[in-house]
Amino acid sequence: MSVMKRLSGVVQAKANKVLDRVEDPRETLDLSYEKQLEQLQQVRRGVADVATARKRIELQAEQLQASANKLQDQARTALAQNREDLAREALTRRAAIGTQLEQLKTQHDQLVAQEDKLVQTTQQLQARVEAFRTQKETLKASYTAAQAQTKIGEAVSGISESMSDTGMAMQRAQDKIAQMQARAGAVDELLSSGALTDLTGNTDPIQAELDKASQSGQVDAELAQLKGQLATSAPAGALATPDKPEQAPPEDDKVVDAEPVHDEPEATAKPTPDQFTLEDKEDES
Amino acid sequence: MIVRILEDGQYKVDKSTAKKLDNLDTKLGKALDKSDEAAFARALASLVKTVHASGKRLDPSVITPSDLAIPAATSTLAEVRELLASEAIKVKKKKG
Repeated sequence: MSVMKRLSGVVQAKANKVLDRVEDPRETLDLSYEKQLEQLQQVRRGVADVATARKRIELQAEQLQASANKLQDQARTALAQNREDLAREALTRRAAIGTQLEQLKTQHDQLVAQEDKLVQTTQQLQARVEAFRTQKETLKASYTAAQAQTKIGEAVSGISESMSDTGMAMQRAQDKIAQMQARAGAVDELLSSGALTDLTGNTDPIQAELDKASQSGQVDAELAQLKGQLATSAPAGALATPDKPEQAPPEDDKVVDAEPVHDEPEATAKPTPDQFTLEDKEDES
Repeated sequence: MIVRILEDGQYKVDKSTAKKLDNLDTKLGKALDKSDEAAFARALASLVKTVHASGKRLDPSVITPSDLAIPAATSTLAEVRELLASEAIKVKKKKG
C-alpha cells in the first residue's frame, strides 16, 4: 500500500488517541481546545529544553577550546625545554579535542535548527489555537443545524490530526535532545576525568612533567651542593653504608631484604636516584 | 485533495500533482522495502519539493483532516519505517 496512505492512517490513529470523543460533539470541541492549550505549553517547554541543551554545548565548547589552547601552550613550552616527547603528547591530545569540538559544532548547529523549528511550531500552533477558539464557538452556536454535526466532526478530525503531527514532532525533537544530552554528559565526564586535560591544571600529567623538568635544574644544583658538602664534611663513617649497599646486608639478609637498610641513609645523605640523573641528561641534550 | 507534510503543514493539491505524488510515493515505498537510503532521500525530497511547488498551503485557520501524509522532510528511512511499523503492530493487536 502507498506509503502516504499508510502514514496518513498512522497520523489518524495517533490523533484518535490524542482526543477523547465524547457523546456531545460540542463538549468534544471544548475538550480539544483544552488539549491544544496543553500542547502549546508542551511545545513552549520544548523550546526551553532545546535552549538549555544548546547552552550546555556552548559551555562545553568553550571549555574544550580552553583545553586546546592550553595544550598548544604546553607543546610550545615543552619544545622550549627540548621535550619533544611531551610536545608530541600535548599536540596529540589537542588533535583529539579538535575532533570533539567539531562534533560539538555539528550538534550545536542541529540544536539551533531544532530550536528555530520549535519556535516556528509554537507560532503556528498559537495561530491555530486562536482560530479554533473562534470557530468552535460558531460551530457550537449553529449546532442544531443539520450540517453542523458533520462540520464539527471534520473540525475535530482536523484539529486532532494537527495535534498528532505536533505531538510527533515534539517527540522527535525530544529524542534528539535526549541523544545530545547523553553525548554532552559523556563529554562532561571526559572533561572531569581529566582525559581531555583537567582545566584545574593540578592533575594535568603534561603540566606535571613540564614542572618536573623545570624543577629538575634546581634539584641538580642542590644535589651538587649536597654532594659537595658530604664529600668534605663526612668522609668515611656516615657514607659507608649508602656507598656500598651490597656489603651492608650480611647480618640482616635473612630477615629483611637489603633495601630498607640503605633506604634511609640514601634519602638523607645521597639523594641521587636514577630518575633524576636520567632527566638531567635529557635536559642537557 | 489535501496532503499533510509532517512537521510542515497541509497543502491542497490538484489531480495532476496528486498523480505525480503517487509515482514518487511508489518510489518511496520501493526504497523503504530495499532499505535504499539514497533512493529514499531522493524520493522524499522530490515529494516535498513537488508539494511545495504545486500545492497551495492551507491557512492554519482552516481546520480539516488530510487525505495523505508525507513524512517530515528531515526524516530518515529508519524513522519512517518505525512510524509505519508502530501502527502495524497496534492494528494487529486490535484485531487479535
